[in-house]
Amino acid sequence: MQNIWLMLADPNMQWIFLGCTLLGLSSGVIGCFSYLRKQSLMGDTLAHAALPGICIAFMLTGIKSIGLFLIGAGAAGLIATFGIGYITRNSKLKQDAAMGIVLSGFFGFGIVLLTLIQHGSYGNQAGLDKFLFGQAASMIASDVITMTSVCVLLITVCTLLFKQFKLISFDPGFARGIGYPVAFLEQLLMLLIVVAVVAGIQAVGVVLVAALLITPAVSARYWTDRLGLMVVLSGVFGAASGAVGTWISASVSNLPTGPVTVLAATLLFFISILFGPQRGLVAKQLMRNRVKQRFNRESESLAKNSLKKEAAL
Amino acid sequence: MSQTKMTAKHNAKMAAPLAIHGLSVAYQKKPVLRNISFEVTEGELVGVIGPNGAGKSTLMKATLGLIPSISGEVLVYGKAYKQQRKLIGYVPQRESVDWDFPTNALDVVLMGRYGHLSWFRRPGAKDKEFALECLNKVGMADYANRQISQLSGGQQQRVFLARALAQDAKLYFMDEPFAGVDAATEKAIITLLQELKLQGKTVIVVHHDLATVQDYFDSVLLLNVELQAYGPTAETFTQEQLQRTYGGRLAFLDRSIQPLSISEGKGE
Amino acid sequence: MSDFWILLTGALVASCCGILGVFLVLRKMAMIGDAISHSVMPGIVVAFLLSGSRDSLLMMFAALLCGLLTTFLIQMFQNSGIQSDASIGVVFTALFAIGVVLVSLYARQVHLDQDAILYGEIAYVHWNIWELGGVSMGPKAIWLLGFTLFVIAAVIGLFYKQFKLCAFDPALAAAIGIPVVFFHYLLMGLVSMATVSSFESVGAILVVGLLIIPASTAYLLTDRLGVMIGLSVGAGVASTFLGYGAAVLLDASIAGCMVCAASLLFIAAFLFSPSHGVIVKKLRLRQLT
Repeated sequence: MQNIWLMLADPNMQWIFLGCTLLGLSSGVIGCFSYLRKQSLMGDTLAHAALPGICIAFMLTGIKSIGLFLIGAGAAGLIATFGIGYITRNSKLKQDAAMGIVLSGFFGFGIVLLTLIQHGSYGNQAGLDKFLFGQAASMIASDVITMTSVCVLLITVCTLLFKQFKLISFDPGFARGIGYPVAFLEQLLMLLIVVAVVAGIQAVGVVLVAALLITPAVSARYWTDRLGLMVVLSGVFGAASGAVGTWISASVSNLPTGPVTVLAATLLFFISILFGPQRGLVAKQLMRNRVKQRFNRESESLAKNSLKKEAAL
Repeated sequence: MSQTKMTAKHNAKMAAPLAIHGLSVAYQKKPVLRNISFEVTEGELVGVIGPNGAGKSTLMKATLGLIPSISGEVLVYGKAYKQQRKLIGYVPQRESVDWDFPTNALDVVLMGRYGHLSWFRRPGAKDKEFALECLNKVGMADYANRQISQLSGGQQQRVFLARALAQDAKLYFMDEPFAGVDAATEKAIITLLQELKLQGKTVIVVHHDLATVQDYFDSVLLLNVELQAYGPTAETFTQEQLQRTYGGRLAFLDRSIQPLSISEGKGE
Repeated sequence: MSDFWILLTGALVASCCGILGVFLVLRKMAMIGDAISHSVMPGIVVAFLLSGSRDSLLMMFAALLCGLLTTFLIQMFQNSGIQSDASIGVVFTALFAIGVVLVSLYARQVHLDQDAILYGEIAYVHWNIWELGGVSMGPKAIWLLGFTLFVIAAVIGLFYKQFKLCAFDPALAAAIGIPVVFFHYLLMGLVSMATVSSFESVGAILVVGLLIIPASTAYLLTDRLGVMIGLSVGAGVASTFLGYGAAVLLDASIAGCMVCAASLLFIAAFLFSPSHGVIVKKLRLRQLT
């Protein structure tokens, strides 16, 4: 495996490394809110739904650029969220089925478009299939710059609107009561998720980009009960996964960035679920033993007391 | 105490429809039920009463083995619960199932027969006849082929009761059967409870409406994590015991208990 | 002749998925089906690396193990307090990532194409013939899928009442002594089997479309469980036929077209179902007023 400093000596790699780290950071931050709003799989649905949007954007313009793809994927993402809401409101189908339908329907449509692009005469289509699993190394400088600025924007918005997002995640009814534009904020958060997903697609791929939103947030939840700290930790976990993913995939030939990044995040998750204070499995087992012991002691002393009473009688 | 007396007492215990010894349940840190012990006499209607979060539903679920307990023993007619499943009928809370499920009322009642069928047998004509009879007993025979989502809340509750009847049990557990039902259903349930009692069956009901306790139940079991009191309604369902059970929530209790004190006044 | 084999393969895939999809939709586990269809990936790759063949029983077994592992992990994380959809997301992305890494590392040494796993190669099923003593027995995929369908139909048929009660009211099922957990894993095992025997034809990602979409279509069309299963299979088979036709016309991905056809059928049912359709309900309201 290549020495990390050697890799970073390459100026192009510096940019990519920075981009992926920032991407992990911003997805981790936004993922916290989608986790707390119990919408973790929404990121997955949006990522799959983004595929036809990206394909259509490419077919219309013939250019491969993150900016255009953001617009296409954003539009597709909005249609997808609307579709899920419409299905659950107007039929007896539940959220999970609606999500499955929209996710696979959009993705199937995207695959059809992708094959049309591959078989058709769309010029510079090489690399579009890299979108499925992500290949950070294939990004060019302008992509990286777009991605980096998008990530900075995401983090800024989250920092500025932290208290609003916190409240709508915890108690949207109360937020409405004190006059927050809840519908607008919810849409905004959804839009930020779409942006994070699309920015992540080129580095991590359509199939796995959801993990960047989910896994760091779940891991962070194991270490703290405070939202502020959770958001920071989740960002740090995401950034570390992004950095490790880029580093390893750049040093082993033919290894896509996405899966490596996801596996790095999963490793952090396992460490968290085992050793997190209070919530971790180890801590829980210890606590369970203590409760049981205390319980047994109490019932023993109760039994002794009643025996004493009987004896006294 | 002599040896023969001991065994005699033991045998008497064996016959009880339900005997629970030292049952405790804990979620995470918090004990939800602590050291519950009681015995139910055959042919009684028992109301389980207590404030929200007192562990009423938990008691029922732990008894049925639906959630694990950390200690204790549950005996049904003197044997472990698992050997006596066919003697038990269960009416879960109405909200616990998805009423959009593609099935009709008769089919739901037929599910009550599943416990009596061998693994691979399908319910047959006899089972269907019996299920229809059970639907008839709760006044729902006309709705046998109705899709369950098209039934009103009270009707759904009656279908659940019919299903419990189809279980043809000796000991029934009902989790809040009176919650959110119309007057007709409430009456139908009462009639049914009385009929079950006449047949010598034992029914344990989680109940939330303090005003009706004295009219409906022979015995009450007051629960708030620990067993507060258990005995014949007349002796157990007293202001003092209720205060003990409901503790700090007395302000709320005072209001809901109004009809009770009035009826007590009349009685005296 | 190749058209015949392709359509037969599609019909078999749709039947396997259609039956199981009904129970996934009713038990609100559609996304768990999605997760399993992704996470059988490492099993498929490892079995392929070991046996060098795409349709071996070893592959079936490995995928079964992966599917059960997924189910177990999701359950375990849920029990330890993680929200259900987050635990689904963590588990399937991790397992799928392992699968992709394995493919990327070894794809050069063995002929296992990422595209084949993702999009399937239903167009080539008739090339891979099973020969028994020099006699051609037809495509291997047909036999594998036929076997899977037989197992699924037999298990669901034998334990119909148990599966039904576990889906409708698991508490009562547990109270009368049906091993609810066992049936949960049995269903998930069957889903893994269906996924792995279908992946060659329609690809690992789009299996979920055939699991969930036709079953949802059927859910909107009937109020009877038995009928729902039949309709689900019917909608699935119709989607594969329509999808194949469209794919030939457009020169596009067959699997993608099949899922698109399934989606169109769903939209039709959503709008025009006689009992639950949106438009039908609107019309009825207008008649009332």
